[in-house]
Amino acid sequence: MSVLVASGLGDFVRDAVEPQVQADAIGLGAVFALMAVGIGLVFGVLRLINFAYGQLVMAGGFALAFASERGWPVVAGIALCVGVVVGLSLAMERIVFRPLRGQSPASMLVATFAIAFLLQSIALIWFGPLGKNATSLVELNQPMSIGSVEVRKIAVVSLVTAAVALGLLLLLLNRTAIGLHMRAAALDFPTARLVGVRANAVSAVAVVLAGVLAAIVAVLLTVQFPTVTPTFALNETIIVLAGVVVGGMNRLLPATLGGFAIGYVSGVLGGALPTNQSQYLSSFLFLLVIVVLLLRPEGLFTRGGHAVERV
Amino acid sequence: MSVETALTVEGLLVSYGGVPAVRDVSFDVAAGEIVGLIGPNGAGKSTTLHAIVGLVRAQRGEVALGGRSLRGRSPEAVARAGVALVPEGRRLFAELTVEENLRLGLAARRENGSVREALAEVFALFPVLEDFRRRSAGALSGGQQQQLAIARALAAKPKVLLLDEPSLGLAPTIVDLVFSTLAEIRDRGLAVLLVEQRAQRTVALADRTHVLANGELRLQLTPQDAGDTDKMIAAYLA
Repeated sequence: MSVLVASGLGDFVRDAVEPQVQADAIGLGAVFALMAVGIGLVFGVLRLINFAYGQLVMAGGFALAFASERGWPVVAGIALCVGVVVGLSLAMERIVFRPLRGQSPASMLVATFAIAFLLQSIALIWFGPLGKNATSLVELNQPMSIGSVEVRKIAVVSLVTAAVALGLLLLLLNRTAIGLHMRAAALDFPTARLVGVRANAVSAVAVVLAGVLAAIVAVLLTVQFPTVTPTFALNETIIVLAGVVVGGMNRLLPATLGGFAIGYVSGVLGGALPTNQSQYLSSFLFLLVIVVLLLRPEGLFTRGGHAVERV
Repeated sequence: MSVETALTVEGLLVSYGGVPAVRDVSFDVAAGEIVGLIGPNGAGKSTTLHAIVGLVRAQRGEVALGGRSLRGRSPEAVARAGVALVPEGRRLFAELTVEENLRLGLAARRENGSVREALAEVFALFPVLEDFRRRSAGALSGGQQQQLAIARALAAKPKVLLLDEPSLGLAPTIVDLVFSTLAEIRDRGLAVLLVEQRAQRTVALADRTHVLANGELRLQLTPQDAGDTDKMIAAYLA
């Protein structure tokens, strides 16, 4: 028995360190990190866990499918995706989040649940359960050679896109007045308002930025999963939410690292688990989540319970 | 020469759950004047300040800045209109640097100007903050934090400065510094409303001081009353 376990573990480790598995895992980690930033930004400023974040990604996916089916140029499809997701994000902020600002976390969470299921139902009515195909960028699934190693282009594109998006976001947060206002609002919203920070402006900017990130995630995910259904990105959102909590959701950096970590682990498990055990991926992943939360309930990437910066 | 009235509070009524915390409070503060507001704990001093800046809603009465009503405005709108509050406990952004805290003060500034000039103005008043501009606010001493809280409020170039117990928890030498700074701020033409527990010092510094008890203004004192210990005790026990 122990020989069999050792042998199975040996196979798992050998597969896990394969360059292709590692590249895919890092690429998936990068996409999940972007989702984590989007969720973390909104939580930081509005103290609201946006469960409907996945449905924003889904809406972006359907926008890409719409453009793809009509043979629109890729850039036009991406522009439509960004427009739809940002428009929906702003509508959410104006109609639901803003009026609920300052209410109990439970009320806001239930509101985002309601939005999530509303958007999912609308997608079901409009596009049916089988969904639509977004195929404009599927060639990014082709492999490319980096030295002697072959990896899928999307893994590299995901990593570069996430790095650029996160870099730009950091610049905005650390080098601009609105970024400073957002950081202050995330630390102490009432005091930020007392010193003149416009509450509506910072919450709208946070929601728009999160929307842009959701649109980027929609583009990257549809490359890997071109069939967009009403439940598109739902599983990923749940996993990323877990990652954000595991990382430490009171701060943006730990939350992002949490998103990356859970995406990376998910990618490694997906690539290295034997085919007949792949259905256990979620079980292994969330078992790991429980263990980490038991050992580090304040977050895996927070320092002594108090990270340096929130937002 | 007439003195311009900066802040007017008229017939203010604030209740919490139907229980009045501030009842029919009226006073005004002119430019270049310090008005003190003293009284025992629970008298309604902080509630009065919170009603002025829009943190709590007044059931009745009027708050006006230069004759323009502030009633019903959000805290950020009041700040941008020209009323800055130095809150009790300072409420600094401890994880941000000194300079970032000061830059946040600029959020409410009505006039355009360079950030460098704005910071230079507050550094001239509080030189220690320039030395620690890159340090996180949470790493400052209590006295330095209080200076930063006042500097952040002044960075907005307000017309009216409200202070809620700025000497709370500070060493005597720092209290001296805070009070002398307030005198300097007054000399620059700002209207200052000072809520304090240090009654005698407040009465001595302020142009006039109102005594608040059970949510009502009971008495007005002048600097000459500061040396009259019996009167001070009687005022506090009113």
